Amino acid sequence: MAARRVDSAPVVIIGAGLHGCSAALQLARRGVPALVLEKNYAGRHASGVNAGGVRTLGRDLAEVPLALASRELWHRIGDLVDDDCGYEQHGQVRVAETGADVAVLRARLDLLAAHGHTHEEWIDAGELRSLVPRLVPSVQGGVIVKDDGAADPYRTTSAFRRKAAALGARFVEGVRVRRVKRDGRQWLVRTDQGDYTAPQLINCAGAWADRIAAQLGEPVPLQAISPMMLVTLAMPHFLDPVVLGTGRPLSFKQRANGTVLIGGGRRAWVDRDAESTELDFRALAEGARMVCELFPHMRAAVVNRGWAGIEAAMPDEIPVIGPSRRHDGIYHAFGFSAHGFQLGPVVGSILADLALQGSTSMPIEPFRIDRFTGR
Amino acid sequence: MMDTTKCELLVIGAGPAGLAAAAAAAQAGLDVMLLDEQAAPGGQIYRAVTTTPVTDRRVLGDDYWHGATLVQPFLQSGARYQPQATVWAVSRMTAAAPDDGFEVAYSVAGEARMLVARHLLLATGAQERPFPIPGWTLPGVMTAGAAQILLKSGGLVSSGRTVLAGCGPLLYLLAWQYLNAGARIDALLETAPAGQWLRALPHAPGFLASGYLGKGLKLLRKVRAAVPVTRAVADLRALGGERLEGVRYTAGGKARELPTDYLLLHQGVVPNVNLARAIGVEHAWNDALDCWEPVTDAWGGTSVAGVGMAGDGAGIAGALAAEHRGRLAALQAAHLLGRLSAGQRDRAAAGPRAALARAVRGRAFFDALYRAPRAYLRPVGDTIVCRCEEVTADQVRQTVKLGCTGPNQMKSFLRCGMGPCQGRFCGLTVSELIAEEQGMHPKDVGYYRLRFPTKPLTLGELAALPQTDASRQAVVRLKK
Repeated sequence: MAARRVDSAPVVIIGAGLHGCSAALQLARRGVPALVLEKNYAGRHASGVNAGGVRTLGRDLAEVPLALASRELWHRIGDLVDDDCGYEQHGQVRVAETGADVAVLRARLDLLAAHGHTHEEWIDAGELRSLVPRLVPSVQGGVIVKDDGAADPYRTTSAFRRKAAALGARFVEGVRVRRVKRDGRQWLVRTDQGDYTAPQLINCAGAWADRIAAQLGEPVPLQAISPMMLVTLAMPHFLDPVVLGTGRPLSFKQRANGTVLIGGGRRAWVDRDAESTELDFRALAEGARMVCELFPHMRAAVVNRGWAGIEAAMPDEIPVIGPSRRHDGIYHAFGFSAHGFQLGPVVGSILADLALQGSTSMPIEPFRIDRFTGR
Repeated sequence: MMDTTKCELLVIGAGPAGLAAAAAAAQAGLDVMLLDEQAAPGGQIYRAVTTTPVTDRRVLGDDYWHGATLVQPFLQSGARYQPQATVWAVSRMTAAAPDDGFEVAYSVAGEARMLVARHLLLATGAQERPFPIPGWTLPGVMTAGAAQILLKSGGLVSSGRTVLAGCGPLLYLLAWQYLNAGARIDALLETAPAGQWLRALPHAPGFLASGYLGKGLKLLRKVRAAVPVTRAVADLRALGGERLEGVRYTAGGKARELPTDYLLLHQGVVPNVNLARAIGVEHAWNDALDCWEPVTDAWGGTSVAGVGMAGDGAGIAGALAAEHRGRLAALQAAHLLGRLSAGQRDRAAAGPRAALARAVRGRAFFDALYRAPRAYLRPVGDTIVCRCEEVTADQVRQTVKLGCTGPNQMKSFLRCGMGPCQGRFCGLTVSELIAEEQGMHPKDVGYYRLRFPTKPLTLGELAALPQTDASRQAVVRLKK
């Protein structure tokens, strides 16, 4: 039975998360109106509900050049999307609770220096306490990136989407991709609501991206994960930078409205087919204990809500970014392993480079899709 | 030391449904635990029935005192009872031993506890329907239900000029109880539009056959003899700067103003859906009652295996129906847990089922007669919709025009429903407003996705939850 042919476009993007929206924006800026297919609505999962960290701090070495380039885009994010995205640049600091943490962070700085990176700096205990006065005095120092920050994830994803649409990109929400296959010189994208065709296809399908890749003969060991977040009721202002843990996972920040966001990557139970998650309160309790140890006044903070978005993690915890190794006209960007938000702006630009020029000046070799299977 | 206890059936809520269910289940041989937020059994309808300082039985009336007949059998049933317990999370997939059943996290006096239950029975009752009018957030404006709580548990009535406004049986019941207690009521403003009784008329036979008629008429007569009642009140608003100073409304084509110190609002009750929704129970829209209610079978069974519901939380049917629904759900739990065969269950259910049929007779008439007017379900202008985040009706409507298609996106745009009430005050209004702006039915608009914790708790309470190997390993796993 021939499915209804609905539409075609020069580029079809699967997934309207931040990376898909960013790719659509960068293509539109260069005059190419992409069509974005989204099974729910833009920013429904990880892009809309992550911790909002805009962080170059602690990146995998392979990601550092991309993160630094993306940071340049974040610093003038309003010029890019006509919205400040709630971006605030108060720095991010990773604190050392123990001597072992200090050693880990010192080694990290040495490694970065060996590769010529100077964006991360040591901050001693005294300076750290003046920057974060409520921090428990036993903290021994940390590593800081002063011009890192944080933004509002849903607002950011919406802003990218809106600006892309204003420049000609089209978004179709509530459409689920079933099948992707070659159709002459075109790629045929079969959905639950008809067929779409395009000569080029970008896979930004997040926690579901492995299914697209598998249909293209490029299986990847993707794991759907669901990092949990808690948010408190508004508290009097006490914190500017985002505080991260070293030996224990934590991401901790106070937003402009006074609420405090607690994350760090502890995972909910997730069923990606049902798009359902169940928060693991025992694991959240571990995070709560850590917060109460680092910030004793937080014991009285009132936890108001908890949630978890669904996203993709790769075994080596760095994403897949780049062209298909088997087909022309196919590009992948997924598997950001719980730290893709900051990379959103630059990844859109990389994908537009690849789709329009066939190459990019950014070093994306480490993110090859076939790195898990041998070449 | 953390108290992690186990039971076969956990009943949540000690209103009529929960009390009757717990007693019936214990009688059937189940190991039953009942958790309830209040200090004493009774729920909202029979709140403080064993402890109220209002000892003159005529003040609160015989229907209230009926609640005492549920408390004694419950206390003697062998069911365990934990008052002042707030349930804030239920898990299955992440439980330490998922095969043992649900893991329920709750707090008592600021201390977090865990309980494992094979079967859950949610008897979490009703809440008052939001009544968003201009000025409803002013001090001096409260709901009739809140006023009734003060009366039942503290023997308190408002002292000063008092106006009641809205619709629904509870509004008249409160007026009657206030008058019995010697309180002052300056006016009762009925919001039901003229001719609403005509729409209720087709349901009158059921009503006439029920026991409501005699009781209801007596109550209405007493209130109307003592209080000036204005009908078909439109454009109701609360006036005042720092606090309530008066009400303004339109009636009989004329705008009127009335000074008052207190305004008690009420436009019916709706199921309290938060806990059931967070557990993942499927809900459907009830067109007659303009609200969401869980989808349940004849035994109160829900779409989630092992989770039953009873009482007004499972769909509004009133206090008498609630106790019978509680008994039916208890029998089903005993059956599912292997204590009763299907035949034994069905035989035991015959009595409660017949009583339930009698108790719901006449409800359709009430539902039609007291249906909340659409204008008060779908506010306009700068009327506050979300009290926690101070979001107005206009903001919600504008956001729909900008392309927001549902309540969950609305949260992201406006923080509507993200405050401490977790949508209880705004959820229905937001569904209605999005429906109106999009020309859709509220059932197609949907509702907030609700997550645990369903009630706020302190970080210190959460931190006190017991550690397990799995929770510690979750940390190790991430750091590799």
